[in-house]
Amino acid sequence: MSTESLRIVWIYPDLLSTYGDRGNALILARRAQLRGMPVEVLEVRSDQRLPATADIYLIGGGEDGPQALGAQRLIADGGLHRAVAQGSVVFGVCAGYQLLGTSFFAKGAKYAGLELLDIASDRGPSRAVGELAGEVDARLGIPYLTGFENHGGRTHLGPGVSPVARVTAGIGNDGATEGAWRGKLLGTYSHGPALARNPALADLLLRWATGAHQLPALDDTWAERLRSERRAAVAAARA
Amino acid sequence: MPMRAKVASSVSRTAAALSRAAGRGDGSVIGGWIGLKIDPDLLAHLSAGRAIALVSGTNGKTTTTRLTAAAVGVLGRVATNSFGANMPTGHTSALAKAGSTPYAVLEVDEHYLAQVLEATDPHVVALLNLSRDQLDRAKEVAMMAQLWRAALVRHPDVRVVANADDPMVVWAATPPADPAQGHIPPKVTWFSAGQRWHDDSWVCPECGATIQRSGDQWWCTGCPLRRPAPQWAVEDDGVLDPTGAWHKIQLQLPGRVNLGNAATALAVAAEFGVRPVDAVSRLGTVTSVAGRYAQVDRDGRNIRLLLAKNPASWLEAFDMADEAPTLLSINARDPDGLDTSWLFDVDFAPLRGRQVLITGDRAYDLAVRLDVNGVPFQHVRSFDEAVRAVPPGRLEVIANYTAFQDIRAELDRVN
Repeated sequence: MSTESLRIVWIYPDLLSTYGDRGNALILARRAQLRGMPVEVLEVRSDQRLPATADIYLIGGGEDGPQALGAQRLIADGGLHRAVAQGSVVFGVCAGYQLLGTSFFAKGAKYAGLELLDIASDRGPSRAVGELAGEVDARLGIPYLTGFENHGGRTHLGPGVSPVARVTAGIGNDGATEGAWRGKLLGTYSHGPALARNPALADLLLRWATGAHQLPALDDTWAERLRSERRAAVAAARA
Repeated sequence: MPMRAKVASSVSRTAAALSRAAGRGDGSVIGGWIGLKIDPDLLAHLSAGRAIALVSGTNGKTTTTRLTAAAVGVLGRVATNSFGANMPTGHTSALAKAGSTPYAVLEVDEHYLAQVLEATDPHVVALLNLSRDQLDRAKEVAMMAQLWRAALVRHPDVRVVANADDPMVVWAATPPADPAQGHIPPKVTWFSAGQRWHDDSWVCPECGATIQRSGDQWWCTGCPLRRPAPQWAVEDDGVLDPTGAWHKIQLQLPGRVNLGNAATALAVAAEFGVRPVDAVSRLGTVTSVAGRYAQVDRDGRNIRLLLAKNPASWLEAFDMADEAPTLLSINARDPDGLDTSWLFDVDFAPLRGRQVLITGDRAYDLAVRLDVNGVPFQHVRSFDEAVRAVPPGRLEVIANYTAFQDIRAELDRVN
């Protein structure tokens, strides 16, 4: 960790917070606090400079216009690139995932991304809306991914990244894989408060940020019930 | 009315009556659906000769429509879709059922405003607010504002009553004038009903710059868009009218949000010539609206029903609810939207210190949310279990759409 307390930056909530994205910041802060870690959450709006010294950066979902504007401002700001160079953790969701790549489509035009992940996004034949589930890359050491997706893009992965999961329900990147990660950067189409349904993913980000190999277990009774219920609902929909 | 429209209208009424008699619903949609199949222009035919007000927005439509109908009732009989059936089938059914009336006040789903403006040629349209609601299938807020704006440009004669506190509404209600194209800006009467929810209007819909707020005021930092001075406003427990006169409002509906709805109703009624002094007593006759705010006594508990469908309306519900045991119920069926992510846009902290019970199809989503929010709760499997779990006295029930309807059914479809 860079300072005494764990610093979490929520990037541009004024632009990229379409539906419950605040949840990811709340969940990380809560899970850190329950382990006795002091936490600081900074909400950095798009007219403010991005601090380059935080431990975890969160980028949420958004509509086409705000996504394009957000990418332009992040490129001009340069803070996120400096933070990544210093080993910070970045978690991008939906539009925030796409803009970490080399390019994405918004409002019918192609926009340059931040080039932090080796991915490129374009428009799919239809909007992907519904439950999303997948078996996670074993190297990440966390159980299955569950979420809700709502996006029109399709994302193509280059050799510089690995998919987060193999899709078992929904579309994700392209119907076969979901999300992408390299080092301490991870993006997903599981939108909104993705970490609410995936507490192990929240803890993975916290371990990346703190360097801890293990964190004390928490009571995740309700999250586990939610995960089981969603898994059963997806299975029932398929049957 | 043309013969085809007469037949369609009559069949529509019969179908609605059959639907009610069969216990399959309140008949407010099926009748209109059949009528429109026989005569696609039926809504226009049924609207002709009536002075009509449309009420649209994300939240408060049903209640404001009910209050407006009560206020306009000063002048004569009013047709209205009081069951919240707010699409053209519902409007058709409501007008057919009402027969000939000089006035109509219609609640309109925000997605259908352009279509209903076209069909009904209203005298006035009230624009309440725009915020996020069921984004897995609904339009984004900015796109919705754009659709309203485009619709108003095509109807320069309609009088607009709009919320000065919502930047999205103000922008939608003030399309640019282009005399060369024959575009005249609509005549707008502004009301201030307050806005607790700001998270969908930080970015200017006109220029993309940041919107600043201070007290009641808001302004764009990049262009001239700013809060217009309202002619109607809530002040203390009453409403200020454009002449500066203050009218005490005694409602049977709870919360400051309903005072705002009352101010809106008086402003809309004034466009028909209703004096607020004549209408205020009628507002107090509205007790509940399609089950919303209804109170039912059961086993010594006084159960009050509050509907909350999206983040903005949850904030309002917490404001209305008493400091009493509270049951929260969440579903995610088609009418609710399938996505529960919005739960994290709501801060449930106001419930700390109250006994909180949760239920519904998606109680576990709510459980995870409350856990993160530091709000202790108890999960119950049924409405009956909830009633038994609280002491005698008030039980507040806050539920989203289908969860609300389920509980209403348990209480014999209370209105």
